[in-house]
Amino acid sequence: MIEFQAVTKRFDDGTVAVDELNLSVDPGRITVFVGPSGCGKTTSLRMVNRMIDASSGTILVDGKDIRQSDPPLLRRGIGYVIQQAGLFPHRTVLDNVATVPLLSGWDRRKARSRAAELLEIVGLPSELGKRYPAQLSGGQQQRVGVARALAVDPPVLLMDEPFSAVDPVVREGLQDELLRLQDELDKTIVFVTHDIDEAIKLGDKVAVFRTGGKLAQYDKPSELLARPADDFVASFVGRDRGYRALGFLSADGLPVGELASVVLGTPVDQARAALRQGWAVVVDERKHPVGWVSADRLSTVDGLVTEDVLLSGGSLYDVDSGSLRSALDSALSSPSALGVAVDGTGALVGSVTADEVLRALASARDAGEVPQ
Amino acid sequence: MDFVSLLIGWLSDAAHWAGSDGVPVRVLEHLEYTVISLLIAVVIGFPLGALVGHTGRGGLLLVGAANGLRALPTLGVLTIVVLLAGIGVVPAIAGLVLLAVPPVMAGTYAGIRAVEPIIVDAARGVGMREWKVLASVEVPNAMPLIFGGVRSAALQVVATATVAAYVGLGGLGRYVFDGLAIRDYAQVASGALVVAVLAVVVDLVFIGLQRLVVSPGLAPAKSGKASA
Ligand SMILES: Nc1ncnc2c1ncn2[C@@H]1O[C@H](COP(=O)(O)OP(=O)(O)O)[C@@H](O)[C@H]1O
Ligand SMILES: [Mg+2]
Repeated sequence: MIEFQAVTKRFDDGTVAVDELNLSVDPGRITVFVGPSGCGKTTSLRMVNRMIDASSGTILVDGKDIRQSDPPLLRRGIGYVIQQAGLFPHRTVLDNVATVPLLSGWDRRKARSRAAELLEIVGLPSELGKRYPAQLSGGQQQRVGVARALAVDPPVLLMDEPFSAVDPVVREGLQDELLRLQDELDKTIVFVTHDIDEAIKLGDKVAVFRTGGKLAQYDKPSELLARPADDFVASFVGRDRGYRALGFLSADGLPVGELASVVLGTPVDQARAALRQGWAVVVDERKHPVGWVSADRLSTVDGLVTEDVLLSGGSLYDVDSGSLRSALDSALSSPSALGVAVDGTGALVGSVTADEVLRALASARDAGEVPQ
Repeated sequence: MDFVSLLIGWLSDAAHWAGSDGVPVRVLEHLEYTVISLLIAVVIGFPLGALVGHTGRGGLLLVGAANGLRALPTLGVLTIVVLLAGIGVVPAIAGLVLLAVPPVMAGTYAGIRAVEPIIVDAARGVGMREWKVLASVEVPNAMPLIFGGVRSAALQVVATATVAAYVGLGGLGRYVFDGLAIRDYAQVASGALVVAVLAVVVDLVFIGLQRLVVSPGLAPAKSGKASA
């Protein structure tokens, strides 16, 4: 879909920002460019829509050399999302989103109704359309930026650190939303970030750049974690890569044990009787885990098991979609050392232990499923 | 008689409000010079400021020229223009235009330069051509400063159009110069007072216009900011 062929960018002051880049971006997938600040990610991205022209080499989009396209027309066909969204402050949210349709000659009515549709797609309430960008939070502005980029349904989306200016909680939400959106839209996305965790979470493939604009490794995230090409990549990928690599191993076949559980509101003496090895998980009426009770804790209270007596639980492991990493984390973060397994609806299924996760890892290794 | 009652006496005399040298006629003349000079100044200063602001080329020259023009003494400019072109409406208007161009041009230039680069970059990034970037993004966002320039030009022209009477024009300056000639100080002071009132009214009109022209999205620190 996007081909970089021996692409070099040398700025007027002699800085070589991108050095002989060869890379092919898969259609319908998310490709992440990651690397330390100043390694040429933004320059590489901006050469695709000719915001910067390459000094040498060729870039093909959909098989066509972009040098043959008129830059403004090329850009209207490629969605572009930048850090801090770059919304037009003097235009309402709706008019911001309608920008590219209007530039492309749509009539006002059609452009506005398309813009309203896009607000919904990116999860914004329609009444925000009448506001101005300054009246939105950072996360909302970023969604508007994505909506603006998607307005004429371009096949390619370029995103330059779109989430780096929002706080971590909002960022995680935006990342999840992007993945959900991509499930429906199947765009060819090039996403730039300096955050390796974001790269691994979002990327179908990740290109790691090193300073000087050189491509260090281009691989699937699981490969990157398991087999970094060199010391630079290994250190960039970070300390916990062994642990994080578990995130790419399916937990299919991981045994789920029985788990003592009591319903919130149960009398304390009944709860005491239900404990197993001194612990029981507490669920609400929908069977969703809400915390733990222990023999210790229950020895000091009477009456009913209420929210007040609960010990807070760890992370949950989803048996339908979870990885070995989420299973292990649920065990390690649980006060009872038993990980809490739930089904897709969030209802309690049983327990997992760290020992079993490690046994599952060993057998996956024997079966050759772990890259070595 | 004290000064205030002199003023009141002159202004309350019905004879001063009628005929071809009555206050309403003089005010209209004055406004006419003001509007014409201002329009011409905008036609010259706005495109120059916008173009130089957009391209970033010639900025130093433009700011230098604007400051140079501003440093010229008003009366001197008018006198030179009249000496060169003779007495009449055209030279006087030309002098007023010369005074109004710098604030308009400098305000436009400064406004365009002050638009955040990231917004201009986004405008190019969505596929706007250069003229569209200027017209649809830079100018609207620069509007508060552009308007500030036009507004201060308007005030300057209203005030200076008084001096135009010195070179043979009508307008409120007539009261000042004719009054001086016959030592009718009540007339001089009244003329000056009417000019001051007119300046305030013109400024209020501009404040109203500014509300219409500047996007509400550019209002500083609006309330109702969302949190999540
Ligand atoms: N317009 C420019 N002129 C000169 N050097 C530039 C220009 N833009 C970027 N650079 C340099 O090119 C290198 C790569 O920049 P960039 O692509 O922005 O890096 P990244 O996005 O990975 O942080 C940096 O050393 C930067 O200073
Ligand atoms: Mg960058």
